[in-house]
Amino acid sequence: MTKAALMKRLSPSRIRWRGVTSVIAFFVLWHLAVVLGVSGISELPTPVETLATFFGEYIADNDYWQSWAVSFQRVLAGFIIAQLLGIPLGLVFGTNRRFREMFFPVFELMRPIPPLAWVPVSILFWPTNESSIIFITFIGAFFVIVINVYDGVRSIRNEHMWLAQSLGASRLSIFRRIMLPSVIPSIAVGMTLGIAITWNVVIAAEMISSDSGLGRMTWEGYVSSTPEVVLIGMISIGLAGYLSSVVVEWIERRMMPWKETR
Amino acid sequence: MQNGSPESPPSTPGVQLSADSTMGHLEVRGVGKIYDPEGARVEALKKCSLDIPAGDFIAIVGPSGCGKSTLLNILAGFDNLTDGDVLMDGEPLATLDDPPKPGSDRVVVFQNGALFPWKTVLQNVVYGLVVKKQMPESEANDMGMDLLARTGGLDRIAQVFPGQLSSGMQRRVEILRALINNPRILLLDEPFRAMDTVSKTNMHQHLLDIYDTYHKTVFFITHDLDEAIFLADTVVVMTTRPGTIKLRLNIDLPRPRNRHTITSQQFMELKQHAVSAVHEEAKKAFERGERELA
Amino acid sequence: MNEGKKLLNMWAGYLLTVTAWYVCVKWLPIPSFQRLPDPVTVVVEWFNPDPDYGLSLFTRDYYLHIWYSTYRATTSFLLAVVLGVPLGILMGWRAKANEYASALLGILRPIPPLAWVPVAILIFPGNEPAVIFVTFLVAFFATTMNTLLGVRSIDKDFFRAAQCLGAEPKDILKDIIIPGALPSIFTGLQIAMGAAWFSLVAGEMIAAQYGLGFMILESYNLVQYPTIVIMMITLGIVGYLSSALIRVAGNRMMRWRAQAIGIGAA
Repeated sequence: MTKAALMKRLSPSRIRWRGVTSVIAFFVLWHLAVVLGVSGISELPTPVETLATFFGEYIADNDYWQSWAVSFQRVLAGFIIAQLLGIPLGLVFGTNRRFREMFFPVFELMRPIPPLAWVPVSILFWPTNESSIIFITFIGAFFVIVINVYDGVRSIRNEHMWLAQSLGASRLSIFRRIMLPSVIPSIAVGMTLGIAITWNVVIAAEMISSDSGLGRMTWEGYVSSTPEVVLIGMISIGLAGYLSSVVVEWIERRMMPWKETR
Repeated sequence: MQNGSPESPPSTPGVQLSADSTMGHLEVRGVGKIYDPEGARVEALKKCSLDIPAGDFIAIVGPSGCGKSTLLNILAGFDNLTDGDVLMDGEPLATLDDPPKPGSDRVVVFQNGALFPWKTVLQNVVYGLVVKKQMPESEANDMGMDLLARTGGLDRIAQVFPGQLSSGMQRRVEILRALINNPRILLLDEPFRAMDTVSKTNMHQHLLDIYDTYHKTVFFITHDLDEAIFLADTVVVMTTRPGTIKLRLNIDLPRPRNRHTITSQQFMELKQHAVSAVHEEAKKAFERGERELA
Repeated sequence: MNEGKKLLNMWAGYLLTVTAWYVCVKWLPIPSFQRLPDPVTVVVEWFNPDPDYGLSLFTRDYYLHIWYSTYRATTSFLLAVVLGVPLGILMGWRAKANEYASALLGILRPIPPLAWVPVAILIFPGNEPAVIFVTFLVAFFATTMNTLLGVRSIDKDFFRAAQCLGAEPKDILKDIIIPGALPSIFTGLQIAMGAAWFSLVAGEMIAAQYGLGFMILESYNLVQYPTIVIMMITLGIVGYLSSALIRVAGNRMMRWRAQAIGIGAA
């Protein structure tokens, strides 16, 4: 971003004061609800207390950052494996009619099964707990990616294919020069959706069957009746998820230089 | 259902579709429009002046991006102006202090069509009457059916959704949707742009039939000179951005017009006259390589 | 002819998959596979009037779990629709509402719904409302965002046309914004339904006493492995049916769309 564009973005007229108002109102209401003892919420710490705990006990805590690292590793592993297997499968579904007719119904049958329902089977199957969590994470992103890539292949304009064929392009070069670039936007959509699901799945899987990671940390906060930890965990997870989507968006922009940036 | 002859305006009770040409006199006086005055300062229109008599069919021709759509948007009340003013029948329609508002006395037919896809043809046609609560809905429906029936028997598609119609048919319905409100001016924004030649020719004839029947003031935008000369009483050629009036051409071809008009000597002479002006501007615009101002 | 071949391929695909599953579990000398239940055992258990592990098509409890999950999913989903659709429309209709709401949604949305589970249990009395709240939350975000997207994607010429014809803001809401956003709203509802089941299962695993998600984890703890697979399949079926139901409702409400697509504009 150029400096001028940055300045424009940060100029006072661009900062939406209404948005700021509503965010501030949210924190004020939270604070008041705790202080005035609204049932349920009074169990929680105030925003200030949460922040104090974070800066006092967590920011320099090695275990805390370890949780970040562990969760990130799991997300990354599951996400990347889902891309590596999901993109080719989506392409094959889109190009090979026979394979599609045989296995797409099976795929469709399995798709509505929520990823977390795989937890026990995954634990049974995989030798280590770590690999089973990664598997569940993978499942979460896999179906979305396959479906998006498949849709992408189906929506390639026939004219492009005919043009390539009439120019005498080989099957391989059609695949490489027409099909792959055409599905990149769909892959990007799959990535955006996939990374969000992946974080969701990792957090749940960690709560259910792990002894490490941000999800576990949050859950332990609950078990040990330290609501500050619950909130710090939640906010950290939100932040981690947000950071990952920023990175994914950056990669997507790299993948599609022809798209206008806004 | 009454079945009036195509030449006489309908005599349905309620709102009358009048065929008198005393309403719809437009005066465009020194109109200018600058987009984004603090930033990029794109001057779309500059000192445009036009006097459009009531009941006149005026066609604005110009290259893409010449500001003709901007002028239409100002007349329709979608956009404000930054210089000059516009009067309709002597009353101010758009001035600097008083930004124009859309109203059913100036109905637009859109370039890409804007029939509501979720309403049937009849619901679309009577929408203006119903939404303004001018009359009971049943009465509006009767009037709509009557108008549809009178226009080439379109009542047979009254219950159909627009998505099922060809684009030409959609445009006819959209024109009727405007007409039923008895507007003073019909604003047509390149309504036949995306059509093939045959449908376009058919649409010209339908539009001329409607014009000859109801004599509304028509403000018609196009980039097709043949179309403009064939349809209009007055053809105005605009320059490329900033848009100004380059040429005003009186078309005294006799009405009713038909396909023989296009091959007449008179048509050719008029075209000859206009063509150099248009091409000069088109070339300028092309060389600038600009995309059209939406 | 072609249809027949397609069907044949479909059944061949099912058969191959199930066979592969059977072969892997029964014959391959890989312990990972040997720990899983094989398809025959699963089907036999599922259709057994007197099931070994207590749950089959012939037991009351099986339907009780389905009922609990369906009830939770439906409640959360309806709550999400009732709150999310109007909010999305309001955000699309009034720029100010959008500025207020989108900032707040912007900071809450990145938090995965399941991270709310512990807080929800703290805030709400008991686990049941907590599970429903978490399920609601995902469905709510999906519904709101898609509704907003739907309003945004309406061609601006429709607004202009309506204004030209004399429509007031309330008419524009009723005649343009709502019907125009409907296709996108229904897409959102389908996503919301999927997302609701997704979190519901996790929520039930973490903090519930009944339901399909709970039973899947419980069967693992009780070493009732075939029941796990039965419950997974059941979840798939129920999830599929619920999204099919939304699709049907959507087609009913958008007859103009079905007609336009079915016959096609010339």
